[in-house]
Amino acid sequence: MRYVDEFRDPELITKAADEIHRLADTGRHYRIMEVCGGHTHAIYRFGLKDVLPSNIELIHGPGCPVCVLPMGRIDDGLAVAKNAEVIFAAFGDMMRVPGTHGSPFEHKARGTDVRIVYSPADALQIARKNPDKHVMFFAIGFETTAPSTALTLMRARSEGIRNFSVFCNHVTIVPAIRAILDSPDMRLDAFIGPGHVSTVIGCRPYEWIARNEGKPVVTSGFEPLDLLQSIVMLLRQLRAGEAKVENQYKRVVPWEGNRAALKAMAEVFQLRPYFEWRGLGFISQSALKIRDEYAGWDAEQRFPIPGTRVTDPKAAQCGEVLKGVLKPAQCKLFGNECTPEHPIGALMVSSEGSCAAYYNYEHRKAAAMVTSISSVA
Amino acid sequence: MAHGAGGKASRRLVEGLFAPLLFAESSEPLGDAARVNINGTSVAITTDSFVVKPLKFPGGSIGELAVNGTMNDLAVSGARGEAMVVTFILEEGLPLPVLEAEIRAMAAALQRAGIALIGGDTKVVERGKADGMYITTTGIGRPLQHVTIDARSVRAGDKILLSGPIGDHGITILLARGELDLEADLASDTRCILPLIEVLAGEAGPGIRWMRDPTRGGVATTLNELARDCRLGIVLSEEEIPMRNEVRGACELLGLDPLHIANEGQFLAVVAPEYADAALNALHRTEGGEDAVIIGEVQTEPACAVLVTTRYGGSRIADMLVGDPLPRIC
Repeated sequence: MRYVDEFRDPELITKAADEIHRLADTGRHYRIMEVCGGHTHAIYRFGLKDVLPSNIELIHGPGCPVCVLPMGRIDDGLAVAKNAEVIFAAFGDMMRVPGTHGSPFEHKARGTDVRIVYSPADALQIARKNPDKHVMFFAIGFETTAPSTALTLMRARSEGIRNFSVFCNHVTIVPAIRAILDSPDMRLDAFIGPGHVSTVIGCRPYEWIARNEGKPVVTSGFEPLDLLQSIVMLLRQLRAGEAKVENQYKRVVPWEGNRAALKAMAEVFQLRPYFEWRGLGFISQSALKIRDEYAGWDAEQRFPIPGTRVTDPKAAQCGEVLKGVLKPAQCKLFGNECTPEHPIGALMVSSEGSCAAYYNYEHRKAAAMVTSISSVA
Repeated sequence: MAHGAGGKASRRLVEGLFAPLLFAESSEPLGDAARVNINGTSVAITTDSFVVKPLKFPGGSIGELAVNGTMNDLAVSGARGEAMVVTFILEEGLPLPVLEAEIRAMAAALQRAGIALIGGDTKVVERGKADGMYITTTGIGRPLQHVTIDARSVRAGDKILLSGPIGDHGITILLARGELDLEADLASDTRCILPLIEVLAGEAGPGIRWMRDPTRGGVATTLNELARDCRLGIVLSEEEIPMRNEVRGACELLGLDPLHIANEGQFLAVVAPEYADAALNALHRTEGGEDAVIIGEVQTEPACAVLVTTRYGGSRIADMLVGDPLPRIC
């Protein structure tokens, strides 16, 4: 399969891993953050930690749009969905995320019309097919998915489809990275830059990380060879004392980003003055709001929104895991009260969430290692 | 819905609610079919319901699934299906040509499988219920010679044998629902696997420890059930697991794990290592068994879990399915 097989070639992966072992200074402990939840998922799914030297620590960043969404916003969306004429449409990943009174799937089981869509265009199509219903698309995602929401809103307006609205929870990646770097708990050496966000925003928005903070950034693809090659590139920079932005994912990410996508976003969205991020608190200029010209398709203008604010259960340490301060298994609730089947936080539900990735792919491996070590000893 | 997906929630429902209240006292792990002793003769019995949507899809239809599914459950429990009864729940308004097509499909499947349908029942429910039609089949069978299926007989070193490529059925159904703008040259793998099981039993019978067909929940769920029942670890080699490019492509695009996708014409067998080669050769010589492959083995660690390893030294746990497989966001 093109663009997949070449990047999963075991020989090339072994070569890249060997190069990493060669480049990594044994006297140094490297802390590299992968920002993007998709990268976290890939790292676990391909077992990449098994091939890295023990002095390279991969720290999971907050690039999971479902994970950083405060529970109150899910409650707000589902409150609108309670109206009999509303169809709540969202990506599959949203369906098991817990709200205060249950996840969207649980609401579905209780009679709310909840539908999985694979793109906002699908949601608009449901609106076309159900003229006596109102379809509310619960939009989430970083800049990766914002352009398609924008294009869908433009289409809804140009076609005059009035029974459609978007509940917009799009957020932007740079403020999240800034919050990580500003956090006193974090000491990072380098970043594996987001893959798909960068196809929209390009690589320029990360230049301040290298220039002002002195940390190398390499935007990476999602295959095992992509990630390992990105780590090679970061190690080379660190060895040379350099800090710049490099693009490993050249086959997909244009340095200048996607102009058409950015234009569509600018037409439809503006930045909110501030937005609450789960675990990171309020961050200014970090989220998108639908412009007044599209107010007729803004669910927050069409419907009364309760504006629920929910504090996370005290024992849940979602915030610290999101920031990379804690590893998933270090959260007190991990694996006990909080599992993929009965999650407390979205990190355990979303396929991009570090807790889910760790739980699904790794944690019993670790337990098995412990068992086998203790049985040998 | 999660309770019907075949994964963790389903297992909890059966083990936590049904078993303690409904099932007779038994220390045996739950299998695909049950044995009952009638006047000294051991008889295998199983039942299964079919609620697939759409009713007809590339490679088959609900009628065929209903016959093959029950035959296969008997086969992997080490029994040859002898007779079947069926219940139909039909939705008011179901067009007669659709019903007739399914009956014909069932008749053809029964003949191919070599099993007789000896009775049944029909009910009709109001429009809006039953998605067109639901079918339940119950089959009884005669135990095969030389085959004893018991998860407790599984040992470290035993080989995991898979009959053929995975994911065909589940992905075919997903695409046939038409919700995705995706097309592929794929068909359901539904078939009666009894002939292959009989060949396996003939060549390697004493070496077969356990068998199951990986339907809902996929290979990962089935092997996790085994791992828990035998309290050992299952280690698979990712590169050995066969799947068609179309299945791989669809799973990559949607962010689905092929190990969680349903199959309707494959089986997994745990075979003692000294019988593994004979088993594989016998299947390769048999029509429909050409793609059989050893995908891994039983080890002591990680106990009660399934580990998938790659040739470059990476590994990951493959867990039981939770709920339905959900495509990813970005």
